[in-house]
Amino acid sequence: MSEKIRVLLAKPGLDGHDRGIKVIATAFRDAGFEVIYTGLRQTPEMIVNAAIQEDVDAVGVSILSGAHMTLFPAIKRLLVDRKAGHIILFGGGIIPEEDVKALEAQGIDKLFTPGATTEETVAFVRKAVAGRKDNEKIM
Amino acid sequence: MTVLDKFLAGDQSALARIISFIEDREDGYQDLLARLYPKAGTAVRVGFTGPPGAGKSSLVNCLTKLLHSRGKRVSIIAVDPSSPFTGGALLGDRIRLTDLPMDGTIYVRSMATRGSSGGLAAATNNVAIALDAFGFDYILIETVGVGQVELDIVDTCDAVVVTLVPESGDAIQALKAGLMEIADIFAVNKADRPGSKNIIAALEMMLDIKSHKSEWKYPVVPTEAINNKNIDVLFDKIDAFIEYSVRTGYFENHRREQIKKKIISILQYRLNELVKDRLTGMADLDGMVLEIYNGQSDPYTVSDRLFEMSRVK
Repeated sequence: MSEKIRVLLAKPGLDGHDRGIKVIATAFRDAGFEVIYTGLRQTPEMIVNAAIQEDVDAVGVSILSGAHMTLFPAIKRLLVDRKAGHIILFGGGIIPEEDVKALEAQGIDKLFTPGATTEETVAFVRKAVAGRKDNEKIM
Repeated sequence: MTVLDKFLAGDQSALARIISFIEDREDGYQDLLARLYPKAGTAVRVGFTGPPGAGKSSLVNCLTKLLHSRGKRVSIIAVDPSSPFTGGALLGDRIRLTDLPMDGTIYVRSMATRGSSGGLAAATNNVAIALDAFGFDYILIETVGVGQVELDIVDTCDAVVVTLVPESGDAIQALKAGLMEIADIFAVNKADRPGSKNIIAALEMMLDIKSHKSEWKYPVVPTEAINNKNIDVLFDKIDAFIEYSVRTGYFENHRREQIKKKIISILQYRLNELVKDRLTGMADLDGMVLEIYNGQSDPYTVSDRLFEMSRVK
Protein backbone atom coordinates (compact mmCIF):
# COMPACT_ATOMS: atom_id res chain seq x y z
CA MET A 1 0.00 0.00 0.00
CA SER A 2 1.89 3.06 1.19
CA GLU A 3 5.53 3.24 0.18
CA LYS A 4 6.76 5.76 2.70
CA ILE A 5 10.38 6.76 2.32
CA ARG A 6 12.21 6.50 5.62
CA VAL A 7 15.38 8.50 6.20
CA LEU A 8 17.73 8.39 9.17
CA LEU A 9 19.50 11.66 9.95
CA ALA A 10 22.44 11.70 12.29
CA LYS A 11 25.39 13.72 13.51
CA PRO A 12 28.49 11.68 14.28
CA GLY A 13 31.37 12.62 16.50
CA LEU A 14 31.86 15.51 18.87
CA ASP A 15 30.19 18.09 16.67
CA GLY A 16 27.32 19.98 18.27
CA HIS A 17 26.34 22.20 15.35
CA ASP A 18 22.90 20.81 14.65
CA ARG A 19 21.09 23.78 13.08
CA GLY A 20 21.75 22.43 9.58
CA ILE A 21 20.52 18.92 10.21
CA LYS A 22 17.37 20.26 11.88
CA VAL A 23 16.63 22.34 8.78
CA ILE A 24 17.14 19.23 6.64
CA ALA A 25 14.97 17.12 8.96
CA THR A 26 12.14 19.65 8.68
CA ALA A 27 12.49 19.79 4.89
CA PHE A 28 12.23 16.01 4.58
CA ARG A 29 9.26 15.93 6.96
CA ASP A 30 7.49 18.61 4.95
CA ALA A 31 8.19 16.65 1.77
CA GLY A 32 6.26 13.69 3.23
CA PHE A 33 9.19 11.53 4.38
CA GLU A 34 9.42 9.73 7.70
CA VAL A 35 12.53 11.14 9.31
CA ILE A 36 14.25 9.35 12.17
CA TYR A 37 16.50 11.82 13.94
CA THR A 38 19.02 10.29 16.30
CA GLY A 39 20.53 13.45 17.74
CA LEU A 40 24.13 14.33 18.46
CA ARG A 41 27.34 12.46 19.24
CA GLN A 42 26.63 9.25 17.36
CA THR A 43 29.32 6.72 16.53
CA PRO A 44 29.32 5.06 13.09
CA GLU A 45 28.26 1.84 14.86
CA MET A 46 25.25 3.55 16.43
CA ILE A 47 24.22 5.10 13.10
CA VAL A 48 24.45 1.82 11.19
CA ASN A 49 22.73 -0.12 13.97
CA ALA A 50 19.83 2.38 13.96
CA ALA A 51 19.63 2.39 10.15
CA ILE A 52 19.27 -1.40 10.08
CA GLN A 53 16.73 -1.58 12.91
CA GLU A 54 14.64 1.18 11.34
CA ASP A 55 14.89 -0.37 7.84
CA VAL A 56 15.53 3.04 6.32
CA ASP A 57 15.95 3.77 2.63
CA ALA A 58 18.63 6.38 3.18
CA VAL A 59 21.03 7.69 5.81
CA GLY A 60 21.94 11.38 5.88
CA VAL A 61 24.91 12.51 7.92
CA SER A 62 25.93 16.06 8.77
CA ILE A 63 29.59 16.71 9.58
CA LEU A 64 30.90 20.19 10.24
CA SER A 65 33.90 19.16 12.31
CA GLY A 66 36.41 18.32 9.58
CA ALA A 67 36.34 14.60 10.35
CA HIS A 68 34.50 13.72 7.14
CA MET A 69 37.37 11.73 5.59
CA THR A 70 37.26 9.34 8.55
CA LEU A 71 33.57 9.18 9.40
CA PHE A 72 31.91 8.80 5.98
CA PRO A 73 34.09 5.84 4.90
CA ALA A 74 33.64 4.25 8.34
CA ILE A 75 29.85 4.42 8.04
CA LYS A 76 29.93 3.11 4.46
CA ARG A 77 32.19 0.21 5.45
CA LEU A 78 29.94 -0.79 8.34
CA LEU A 79 26.84 -0.63 6.14
CA VAL A 80 28.48 -2.97 3.64
CA ASP A 81 29.83 -5.28 6.37
CA ARG A 82 26.36 -5.63 7.84
CA LYS A 83 24.78 -6.37 4.44
CA ALA A 84 23.06 -2.99 4.34
CA GLY A 85 25.02 -1.59 1.42
CA HIS A 86 21.75 -1.00 -0.44
CA ILE A 87 20.97 1.91 1.91
CA ILE A 88 21.68 5.26 0.23
CA LEU A 89 24.36 7.21 2.12
CA PHE A 90 24.41 10.97 1.66
CA GLY A 91 25.74 13.83 3.67
CA GLY A 92 26.46 17.46 4.05
CA GLY A 93 28.98 19.74 5.63
CA ILE A 94 31.91 22.01 5.04
CA ILE A 95 33.81 19.65 2.78
CA PRO A 96 36.49 20.74 0.27
CA GLU A 97 35.81 19.86 -3.35
CA GLU A 98 38.68 17.37 -3.66
CA ASP A 99 37.41 15.55 -0.56
CA VAL A 100 33.91 15.40 -2.06
CA LYS A 101 35.36 13.70 -5.14
CA ALA A 102 37.41 11.29 -3.08
CA LEU A 103 34.47 10.33 -0.88
CA GLU A 104 32.03 9.92 -3.76
CA ALA A 105 34.62 7.67 -5.40
CA GLN A 106 34.58 5.54 -2.22
CA GLY A 107 30.85 4.90 -2.58
CA ILE A 108 29.28 7.75 -0.62
CA ASP A 109 26.28 8.41 -2.84
CA LYS A 110 26.16 12.20 -2.62
CA LEU A 111 27.61 15.08 -0.61
CA PHE A 112 26.09 18.53 -0.34
CA THR A 113 28.16 21.57 0.52
CA PRO A 114 27.17 25.09 1.65
CA GLY A 115 24.79 26.72 -0.82
CA ALA A 116 22.91 23.50 -1.65
CA THR A 117 19.14 23.90 -1.30
CA THR A 118 16.82 21.67 0.72
CA GLU A 119 14.86 21.01 -2.50
CA GLU A 120 17.97 19.57 -4.18
CA THR A 121 18.62 17.31 -1.21
CA VAL A 122 15.07 16.00 -1.06
CA ALA A 123 14.94 15.51 -4.84
CA PHE A 124 18.23 13.56 -4.76
CA VAL A 125 17.00 11.12 -2.12
CA ARG A 126 13.63 10.65 -3.79
CA LYS A 127 15.31 9.78 -7.09
CA ALA A 128 18.02 7.60 -5.58
CA VAL A 129 15.49 5.55 -3.60
CA ALA A 130 13.15 5.14 -6.59
CA GLY A 131 16.00 3.62 -8.61
CA ARG A 132 16.45 0.67 -6.27
CA LYS A 133 14.68 -2.63 -6.46
CA ASP A 134 14.13 -5.11 -3.67
CA ASN A 135 14.04 -8.63 -5.07
CA GLU A 136 14.29 -10.60 -1.87
CA LYS A 137 11.33 -12.87 -1.24
CA ILE A 138 9.58 -12.32 2.07
CA MET A 139 8.25 -15.84 2.50
CA MET B 1 16.59 -18.22 1.91
CA THR B 2 13.60 -15.95 2.36
CA VAL B 3 13.41 -12.98 4.70
CA LEU B 4 11.12 -15.01 6.95
CA ASP B 5 13.72 -17.81 7.15
CA LYS B 6 16.33 -15.28 8.27
CA PHE B 7 13.84 -13.82 10.73
CA LEU B 8 13.29 -17.23 12.23
CA ALA B 9 17.07 -17.66 12.47
CA GLY B 10 17.23 -14.51 14.60
CA ASP B 11 18.49 -11.94 12.06
CA GLN B 12 17.56 -8.39 13.14
CA SER B 13 17.81 -7.03 9.56
CA ALA B 14 15.16 -9.53 8.54
CA LEU B 15 13.00 -8.48 11.51
CA ALA B 16 13.32 -4.86 10.38
CA ARG B 17 12.33 -5.76 6.82
CA ILE B 18 9.35 -7.80 8.03
CA ILE B 19 8.14 -4.92 10.16
CA SER B 20 8.22 -2.59 7.14
CA PHE B 21 6.32 -5.17 5.11
CA ILE B 22 3.60 -5.29 7.76
CA GLU B 23 3.59 -1.54 8.33
CA ASP B 24 3.28 -0.80 4.60
CA ARG B 25 0.58 -3.47 4.20
CA GLU B 26 2.44 -4.90 1.24
CA ASP B 27 0.71 -7.65 -0.74
CA GLY B 28 0.57 -10.77 1.38
CA TYR B 29 1.09 -9.13 4.78
CA GLN B 30 -1.93 -10.98 6.15
CA ASP B 31 -0.41 -14.34 5.16
CA LEU B 32 2.82 -13.32 6.83
CA LEU B 33 0.97 -12.44 10.04
CA ALA B 34 -0.79 -15.78 9.86
CA ARG B 35 2.68 -17.38 10.02
CA LEU B 36 3.78 -15.18 12.92
CA TYR B 37 0.72 -15.40 15.17
CA PRO B 38 1.31 -19.00 16.30
CA LYS B 39 4.86 -18.07 17.37
CA ALA B 40 3.74 -15.05 19.39
CA GLY B 41 2.18 -14.90 22.83
CA THR B 42 5.07 -15.11 25.26
CA ALA B 43 6.33 -11.50 25.38
CA VAL B 44 5.03 -9.13 28.03
CA ARG B 45 3.83 -5.84 26.59
CA VAL B 46 4.13 -2.71 28.67
CA GLY B 47 2.70 0.58 27.41
CA PHE B 48 3.93 4.06 28.28
CA THR B 49 1.64 6.97 27.68
CA GLY B 50 1.23 10.54 28.89
CA PRO B 51 1.57 14.13 27.74
CA PRO B 52 4.36 15.29 25.39
CA GLY B 53 7.66 15.86 27.14
CA ALA B 54 6.76 13.95 30.31
CA GLY B 55 9.76 11.68 29.86
CA LYS B 56 8.24 8.54 28.34
CA SER B 57 11.24 7.84 26.11
CA SER B 58 13.70 8.55 28.90
CA LEU B 59 11.87 6.19 31.27
CA VAL B 60 11.72 3.52 28.58
CA ASN B 61 15.46 4.00 28.08
CA CYS B 62 16.22 3.53 31.79
CA LEU B 63 13.90 0.57 32.08
CA THR B 64 15.43 -1.11 29.02
CA LYS B 65 18.90 -0.86 30.54
CA LEU B 66 17.61 -2.31 33.81
CA LEU B 67 15.95 -5.23 32.00
CA HIS B 68 19.07 -5.77 29.90
CA SER B 69 21.18 -5.96 33.06
CA ARG B 70 18.87 -8.74 34.20
CA GLY B 71 19.44 -10.67 31.00
CA LYS B 72 16.16 -9.84 29.29
CA ARG B 73 15.71 -9.27 25.58
CA VAL B 74 13.82 -6.02 25.06
CA SER B 75 12.21 -4.37 22.05
CA ILE B 76 10.82 -0.88 21.90
CA ILE B 77 8.16 0.58 19.63
CA ALA B 78 8.28 4.37 19.82
CA VAL B 79 5.41 6.17 18.11
CA ASP B 80 5.45 9.81 17.01
CA PRO B 81 2.84 11.70 14.97
CA SER B 82 2.55 11.89 11.18
CA SER B 83 1.61 15.23 9.70
CA PRO B 84 -2.05 15.29 8.67
CA PHE B 85 -1.03 17.80 5.97
CA THR B 86 1.98 16.21 4.27
CA GLY B 87 2.07 12.66 5.66
CA GLY B 88 5.64 13.30 6.78
CA ALA B 89 6.89 12.69 10.29
CA LEU B 90 9.80 13.53 12.51
CA LEU B 91 10.49 10.54 14.71
CA GLY B 92 12.67 11.80 17.54
CA ASP B 93 12.39 9.22 20.30
CA ARG B 94 15.81 7.76 19.49
CA ILE B 95 17.39 10.96 20.79
CA ARG B 96 16.55 9.68 24.29
CA LEU B 97 17.45 6.06 23.46
CA THR B 98 21.07 6.50 22.44
CA ASP B 99 23.26 4.72 24.96
CA LEU B 100 21.56 1.32 24.77
CA PRO B 101 23.79 -1.76 24.43
CA MET B 102 24.26 -2.97 20.84
CA ASP B 103 24.73 -6.67 21.54
CA GLY B 104 21.72 -7.78 19.51
CA THR B 105 19.39 -8.30 22.47
CA ILE B 106 17.72 -4.90 22.10
CA TYR B 107 15.70 -3.66 19.16
CA VAL B 108 14.21 -0.20 18.70
CA ARG B 109 11.70 0.75 16.06
CA SER B 110 10.25 4.20 15.47
CA MET B 111 6.76 4.34 13.99
CA ALA B 112 4.72 7.22 12.60
CA THR B 113 0.98 7.27 13.32
CA ARG B 114 0.09 7.43 9.58
CA GLY B 115 -3.38 8.82 10.15
CA SER B 116 -4.39 7.03 13.34
CA SER B 117 -5.61 9.23 16.16
CA GLY B 118 -5.55 6.90 19.16
CA GLY B 119 -1.94 7.54 20.18
CA LEU B 120 -0.50 4.59 18.22
CA ALA B 121 -0.23 3.62 14.55
CA ALA B 122 -2.80 1.25 13.05
CA ALA B 123 -0.02 -1.30 12.54
CA THR B 124 1.50 -1.10 16.03
CA ASN B 125 -0.36 -4.17 17.21
CA ASN B 126 0.82 -6.22 14.21
CA VAL B 127 4.38 -5.01 14.69
CA ALA B 128 4.19 -6.20 18.30
CA ILE B 129 3.18 -9.65 17.00
CA ALA B 130 6.33 -9.71 14.87
CA LEU B 131 8.51 -8.70 17.85
CA ASP B 132 6.83 -11.29 20.03
CA ALA B 133 7.36 -14.00 17.42
CA PHE B 134 11.02 -12.96 17.10
CA GLY B 135 11.49 -13.90 20.75
CA PHE B 136 11.74 -10.75 22.85
CA ASP B 137 10.88 -11.06 26.54
CA TYR B 138 9.49 -7.56 26.76
CA ILE B 139 7.91 -5.19 24.26
CA LEU B 140 7.83 -1.62 25.54
CA ILE B 141 5.41 0.52 23.57
CA GLU B 142 5.53 4.26 23.81
CA THR B 143 2.63 6.35 22.49
CA VAL B 144 2.77 9.80 20.99
CA GLY B 145 2.37 12.55 23.55
CA VAL B 146 -1.32 12.29 24.41
CA GLY B 147 -4.04 14.49 25.83
CA GLN B 148 -6.97 12.83 27.57
CA VAL B 149 -8.63 10.55 25.05
CA GLU B 150 -5.99 8.78 22.93
CA LEU B 151 -6.27 5.39 24.58
CA ASP B 152 -5.41 2.72 21.96
CA ILE B 153 -2.55 1.60 24.20
CA VAL B 154 -5.02 -0.26 26.45
CA ASP B 155 -5.91 -2.59 23.59
CA THR B 156 -2.27 -3.29 22.78
CA CYS B 157 -0.58 -3.85 26.15
CA ASP B 158 -0.74 -6.03 29.26
CA ALA B 159 0.17 -3.18 31.59
CA VAL B 160 -0.06 0.57 31.12
CA VAL B 161 2.19 3.12 32.80
CA VAL B 162 0.78 6.65 32.65
CA THR B 163 3.66 9.11 32.88
CA LEU B 164 2.95 12.53 34.33
CA VAL B 165 5.06 15.44 35.59
CA PRO B 166 4.59 17.78 38.57
CA GLU B 167 3.03 20.36 36.23
CA SER B 168 0.35 17.93 35.02
CA GLY B 169 -2.48 19.44 37.05
CA ASP B 170 -4.47 19.40 40.25
CA ALA B 171 -6.90 17.06 41.99
CA ILE B 172 -9.72 17.78 39.54
CA GLN B 173 -7.56 16.86 36.55
CA ALA B 174 -6.81 13.60 38.35
CA LEU B 175 -10.52 12.80 38.64
CA LYS B 176 -11.27 13.29 34.95
CA ALA B 177 -12.21 10.44 32.64
CA GLY B 178 -9.92 9.05 29.96
CA LEU B 179 -6.18 8.92 30.49
CA MET B 180 -6.42 8.75 34.27
CA GLU B 181 -8.63 5.65 34.06
CA ILE B 182 -6.28 3.50 32.00
CA ALA B 183 -3.20 3.49 34.22
CA ASP B 184 -2.23 0.33 36.04
CA ILE B 185 0.75 2.24 37.39
CA PHE B 186 1.45 5.96 37.55
CA ALA B 187 4.94 7.37 37.16
CA VAL B 188 5.41 10.98 38.22
CA ASN B 189 8.61 11.79 36.38
CA LYS B 190 10.86 14.81 36.99
CA ALA B 191 9.92 14.28 40.62
CA ASP B 192 12.77 16.54 41.75
CA ARG B 193 10.78 19.54 40.53
CA PRO B 194 8.57 21.66 42.78
CA GLY B 195 4.96 20.49 42.98
CA SER B 196 5.65 16.77 42.77
CA LYS B 197 4.30 16.15 46.28
CA ASN B 198 1.03 17.87 45.36
CA ILE B 199 0.39 15.82 42.26
CA ILE B 200 1.36 12.57 43.99
CA ALA B 201 -1.10 13.40 46.81
CA ALA B 202 -3.84 14.23 44.28
CA LEU B 203 -3.27 10.97 42.42
CA GLU B 204 -3.18 8.92 45.61
CA MET B 205 -6.48 10.41 46.75
CA MET B 206 -8.11 9.55 43.43
CA LEU B 207 -6.59 6.06 43.49
CA ASP B 208 -7.64 5.47 47.07
CA ILE B 209 -11.27 5.67 45.95
CA LYS B 210 -10.55 3.38 42.99
CA SER B 211 -8.52 0.86 44.99
CA HIS B 212 -11.47 0.14 47.32
CA LYS B 213 -13.13 -1.75 44.48
CA SER B 214 -10.04 -3.65 43.40
CA GLU B 215 -7.47 -5.99 44.84
CA TRP B 216 -4.77 -4.16 42.87
CA LYS B 217 -3.52 -1.13 44.78
CA TYR B 218 -2.70 1.35 42.04
CA PRO B 219 0.80 2.66 42.74
CA VAL B 220 2.22 6.11 42.12
CA VAL B 221 5.98 5.99 41.59
CA PRO B 222 8.01 9.21 41.69
CA THR B 223 10.83 8.86 39.14
CA GLU B 224 13.76 10.91 37.85
CA ALA B 225 14.71 9.38 34.52
CA ILE B 226 17.53 11.87 34.09
CA ASN B 227 19.17 10.61 37.30
CA ASN B 228 18.10 6.99 36.73
CA LYS B 229 16.27 7.24 40.05
CA ASN B 230 13.54 4.82 41.20
CA ILE B 231 13.56 2.89 37.92
CA ASP B 232 13.91 -0.37 39.89
CA VAL B 233 10.84 0.55 41.96
CA LEU B 234 8.91 1.27 38.77
CA PHE B 235 9.90 -2.09 37.35
CA ASP B 236 8.95 -3.90 40.57
CA LYS B 237 5.48 -2.37 40.32
CA ILE B 238 5.11 -3.40 36.68
CA ASP B 239 6.25 -6.89 37.57
CA ALA B 240 3.86 -7.01 40.54
CA PHE B 241 0.98 -5.93 38.33
CA ILE B 242 1.70 -8.65 35.76
CA GLU B 243 1.92 -11.21 38.55
CA TYR B 244 -1.39 -10.01 40.05
CA SER B 245 -2.94 -9.93 36.61
CA VAL B 246 -1.94 -13.50 35.74
CA ARG B 247 -2.95 -14.83 39.14
CA THR B 248 -6.45 -13.31 39.04
CA GLY B 249 -7.16 -14.24 35.42
CA TYR B 250 -7.30 -10.60 34.38
CA PHE B 251 -4.30 -11.10 32.08
CA GLU B 252 -5.98 -13.83 30.05
CA ASN B 253 -9.36 -12.07 29.93
CA HIS B 254 -7.74 -8.85 28.81
CA ARG B 255 -5.83 -10.60 26.03
CA ARG B 256 -8.96 -12.41 24.87
CA GLU B 257 -10.81 -9.11 24.83
CA GLN B 258 -7.99 -7.60 22.77
CA ILE B 259 -8.24 -10.45 20.25
CA LYS B 260 -11.99 -9.93 19.96
CA LYS B 261 -11.48 -6.22 19.31
CA LYS B 262 -8.80 -7.05 16.77
CA ILE B 263 -11.20 -9.31 14.82
CA ILE B 264 -13.86 -6.60 14.86
CA SER B 265 -11.39 -4.00 13.68
CA ILE B 266 -10.23 -6.23 10.80
CA LEU B 267 -13.86 -6.74 9.77
CA GLN B 268 -14.53 -3.02 10.03
CA TYR B 269 -11.51 -2.31 7.87
CA ARG B 270 -12.62 -4.81 5.24
CA LEU B 271 -16.19 -3.53 5.24
CA ASN B 272 -14.85 -0.03 4.84
CA GLU B 273 -12.86 -1.07 1.79
CA LEU B 274 -15.90 -2.91 0.43
CA VAL B 275 -18.17 0.11 0.86
CA LYS B 276 -15.60 2.34 -0.86
CA ASP B 277 -15.27 -0.17 -3.71
CA ARG B 278 -19.00 -0.48 -4.27
CA LEU B 279 -19.63 3.26 -3.98
CA THR B 280 -17.05 4.14 -6.61
CA GLY B 281 -18.86 1.78 -8.97
CA MET B 282 -22.21 3.53 -8.53
CA ALA B 283 -22.83 6.02 -11.27
CA ASP B 284 -25.79 7.69 -9.59
CA LEU B 285 -23.98 8.76 -6.41
CA ASP B 286 -23.47 12.28 -7.74
CA GLY B 287 -27.16 12.38 -8.64
CA MET B 288 -28.10 11.52 -5.09
CA VAL B 289 -25.75 14.19 -3.78
CA LEU B 290 -27.53 16.69 -6.01
CA GLU B 291 -30.92 15.56 -4.68
CA ILE B 292 -29.76 16.27 -1.14
CA TYR B 293 -28.26 19.58 -2.16
CA ASN B 294 -31.56 20.60 -3.79
CA GLY B 295 -33.51 19.69 -0.68
CA GLN B 296 -35.26 16.67 -2.26
CA SER B 297 -33.63 14.11 0.01
CA ASP B 298 -31.31 13.75 3.01
CA PRO B 299 -28.06 11.84 3.73
CA TYR B 300 -29.82 9.25 5.93
CA THR B 301 -32.40 8.26 3.28
CA VAL B 302 -29.72 8.12 0.62
CA SER B 303 -27.48 5.98 2.86
CA ASP B 304 -30.39 3.58 3.43
CA ARG B 305 -30.87 3.26 -0.30
CA LEU B 306 -27.15 2.74 -0.92
CA PHE B 307 -26.95 0.21 1.87
CA GLU B 308 -29.80 -1.80 0.33
CA MET B 309 -28.16 -1.65 -3.09
CA SER B 310 -24.69 -2.69 -1.88
CA ARG B 311 -25.73 -5.23 0.71
CA VAL B 312 -23.40 -8.16 0.96
CA LYS B 313 -25.47 -11.06 -0.25
